[in-house]
Amino acid sequence: MSEHNIHTTEEHGHEEHAGLDKKKIWQVFGILLVITIIEFIIALVIIPGHYMSQHVGNFVYIALTLLKAFYIVAYFMHLKYEKLGLQLSLTVTFIFILYFITLMLIEGGYLHLHMSAAA
Amino acid sequence: MDSLSQLDQVKTTAWSGGRSPWSVEYGKIMMWFFLLSDAFTFSSLLVYYGAQRFTKFTWPDPDLVFQSIPGIKDSGAPLVFVGLMTFILIMSSVTMVLAVEAGHRRSKKEVVGWMIATIIGGFMFLGCQALEWTHLHHEGFWWGHIPAIEELKHFFDPSVASVAANEAAMKVSGQQFANLFFTITGFHGFHVFSGVLINCIILGMTINGTFERRGHYLMIEKVGLYWHFVDLVWVFVFTFFYLV
Repeated sequence: MSEHNIHTTEEHGHEEHAGLDKKKIWQVFGILLVITIIEFIIALVIIPGHYMSQHVGNFVYIALTLLKAFYIVAYFMHLKYEKLGLQLSLTVTFIFILYFITLMLIEGGYLHLHMSAAA
Repeated sequence: MDSLSQLDQVKTTAWSGGRSPWSVEYGKIMMWFFLLSDAFTFSSLLVYYGAQRFTKFTWPDPDLVFQSIPGIKDSGAPLVFVGLMTFILIMSSVTMVLAVEAGHRRSKKEVVGWMIATIIGGFMFLGCQALEWTHLHHEGFWWGHIPAIEELKHFFDPSVASVAANEAAMKVSGQQFANLFFTITGFHGFHVFSGVLINCIILGMTINGTFERRGHYLMIEKVGLYWHFVDLVWVFVFTFFYLV
């Protein structure tokens, strides 16, 4: 009985692997292209025309970049169709990077205040 | 139910042993964790770049540094060339994922076609990067080298560059910019280059029928993961060097 169960899970796994068809691939490509074009419009039209400050623009760029990263990892790298355990072990780990970014921002802010006169 | 079948029941959950709980092949898991460690390396480099930029009083303006299209226009076209590079890399990611899709259907001919397209995309990207590096090198940027201050001034915001007291700050951040640009895009370009080599190897294996004999094209998927990762890193490099 247990052997039978293993067999069905594997078959199910293969079905999931086939989850990305050609139509979906070109759809994701379209999304990535549109996001990149939006980034160019912000960089070449919106910020030079003072419709948005560079400061706000930077946050928009980072949000759009993370969105692009999501589509690449979830669909092209197929992570969306993997088991939850693998998804979590690969994404939760980035807590360390967030921690590192926070540390460097605090350190950078301190240096910016105290070193700007010299360098 | 008798006790034997109850024991059997216990053993059927994903984590009770005797099977791969994630139903992912060993080599693929190892590729994922290699990429995770590689992502940490790239993150460290980019976080350091961000910290430097955040610390400095001034920083070269990317729209002023990157405004040429090699061989066509020397200035006045910010982001156009790097936009082309980004498009090439996204495009080669698509052809890679189409190769993986063809692999699922075990269609050798299609896998070969899409792999060739991916390799061409990789070489085109490397060619563009070589042009970009050559251009910056001609302007005087390199590891440990920056243009003379009169030239360097043109890469900063005019309100900063016009003040003589800012010259020392421009030299320091100009040098940091040059070092980090060549290090980070160089490390990324090295990944693209090794990706192209690996792609060539598995193209050869596909043509030889190795995967056909094996009965599956899992190797294409694993190399595909690496190739998409290279594209993913470029998305971040592009944002932090060219847009922000």
